[in-house]
Amino acid sequence: MESLTFRHTTKKPLAGSLPNAITGVVASGNLEILLERVLPPDACEVAIETPIAGYGDVWEAVVADFVARAQPGGLRISINDGGARPDTVSLRLLQGARLMEV
Amino acid sequence: MAGERAASTDPDALSWYEATARQRVVALADPGSFREFLPPTERRMSPHLPLFDLPRAFDDGIVVGRATLDGSPILIAAQEGRFMGGAFGEVHGAKLVGLLRAALELTPRAVLILFDTGGVRLQEANAGETAIAETMRAIVDVRAAGIPVIGLIGGRAGCYGGGGLIAGTCSRLAVSEGGRISVSGPEVIETNKGAEEFDSRDRALVWRTMGGKHRRLTGGADAFCADTVSAFRRAALDLIGRAPSFDLETLEAEQARLEARVARFGDCRDATDVWRRLGVNDPETVPAMDTDAFTATVARVREADHDAR
Amino acid sequence: MTLAEILGSLFPDGHSVTVREGLVGGSGPFAGNSLAIVGVDGDTPLGIDGALTLARSVLDTVRAGGRTPILVVVDSDSQRMSRRDELLGLNEGLAHLAKALLLADRSGHPTIGLIYGHSAAGAFIATALATRVLAALPGADPSVMDLPSVARVTKLPLDRLTEMARSTPVFAPGLDNMVATGAVHAVLDPEQPLHGQIRDLIAGLEPGDARDRLGAERGGRPMAQAIADAVIDQARSG
Repeated sequence: MESLTFRHTTKKPLAGSLPNAITGVVASGNLEILLERVLPPDACEVAIETPIAGYGDVWEAVVADFVARAQPGGLRISINDGGARPDTVSLRLLQGARLMEV
Repeated sequence: MAGERAASTDPDALSWYEATARQRVVALADPGSFREFLPPTERRMSPHLPLFDLPRAFDDGIVVGRATLDGSPILIAAQEGRFMGGAFGEVHGAKLVGLLRAALELTPRAVLILFDTGGVRLQEANAGETAIAETMRAIVDVRAAGIPVIGLIGGRAGCYGGGGLIAGTCSRLAVSEGGRISVSGPEVIETNKGAEEFDSRDRALVWRTMGGKHRRLTGGADAFCADTVSAFRRAALDLIGRAPSFDLETLEAEQARLEARVARFGDCRDATDVWRRLGVNDPETVPAMDTDAFTATVARVREADHDAR
Repeated sequence: MTLAEILGSLFPDGHSVTVREGLVGGSGPFAGNSLAIVGVDGDTPLGIDGALTLARSVLDTVRAGGRTPILVVVDSDSQRMSRRDELLGLNEGLAHLAKALLLADRSGHPTIGLIYGHSAAGAFIATALATRVLAALPGADPSVMDLPSVARVTKLPLDRLTEMARSTPVFAPGLDNMVATGAVHAVLDPEQPLHGQIRDLIAGLEPGDARDRLGAERGGRPMAQAIADAVIDQARSG
């Protein structure tokens, strides 16, 4: 298993007040994402556990793109990966952020 | 968890087979009533899977908590068949055991178990096997206290191995076409006894032998549902209202029921032979029947309904 | 120990226990009462027919009353793997046997398991693991699945699994590992009369299910008890 953590500063906090949410399932080619509103409003942290080592730069790019688009300030995001493709990861991250925007 | 609210969908439209464990629980219970115990934020994950370089799940593949169903308090557990085949590991099993033990104190109207499991998680085999034994003992304790334990089976992993034994311990079972109940899975039988004994690639054979329709017709399940969350909800409410007690009388009736089944169908090679002997006119048409037609067929089979479980 | 040796050590004054097609049944005089015996011998797989035979015997003991203890002796294969057994609802048959044993225990008949050979999977759950207290004799070999099969399913090399099995009791087959997880309560001494050892087990029966506590104490199931307790705590506090 490989552990990766990425920390970002956002321009604004994510809208909404939901304290936490979870989306997805750990399965082959899929992943689960747990989102918790526990950080300062301009901070976002994404921690990933993945069985497929050696793709740190891909994860870094996907996470950076998500943070730029969603501005998920205040969120700690934890991912259990089952070997999802980057487009699946992006989709799930955006789904997760939408869940929190209530 | 709060996020489940957004994940819930119309129970009339939501396929039980396709839904996740979380979606099933939230859509089955009264809206907004579900409260999870040991939610994913607590990160009670398997301590063993990392040894095998396998990913973990925040809930270890089972959602447990309390809710209301038509206003009555229930305890509810749902296995996630897509994570490790819904199999029983140490944490997964202990969450179900804890829920059942809690039922003795809380005396809910019922405990619902939404099965979706291949049985024991081999990477934690001894813990999973022991947890299954603990679960069965706890179910018996809960039933003896007068609390119905209802199993709902219609997920993609079916209900196999020790899961099948737990199901057989419940007060009542509801099953859909997609639900399969069995001890040895098709691949296990084929691996050990050869394809002549069981050809696991013959999917029609799998459904005929282990599927929801066969179990319902022979009295292995007490209700047959269309593949929607609302159908399972209606079935659960109905079954809670007519759960058999757990006592010597019930088990002697079950003994007689199962002995009669073996005596009557013990020489049958195929499920269609069993269905013919049960009085089904065109047994070959059963697999293709829709829910209404199948329900009408079941109504004519005496063995399908009983209090002997 | 063989079944004959076990029965000789349990019942020095004789007994009525017989074995038919691998299924054990009968009784013998025991501590001023009698001790009922059911079980599986000779590494026999347990199918629906056998499960119903054993269950009938257990229910007969319950109906007769008298708090007669029931000893479940086990040297079985796994559940019988066949199309016929599954067609006939093996899950109901095995669950029925387990329920009969659990009912007996609830009805005042102490249930004791004694594994002296092999047992696995569904057969193990429906017999030995459905008793109140499970004892073993040295040389017993309970398992969920043998390591070569685990290697096939997990796609891990057998030599690595064998290495892992030394330090990780949670998945490896064998008596020591089942003791560590709390499934087996005690290992008996074959050099001492079993009569007294079984009598002591019955005298020391505790209420409730001790297996997750034993698993925590022995280190074979480090988390199960704490998880179950945490669920109960959160259920209480609503």
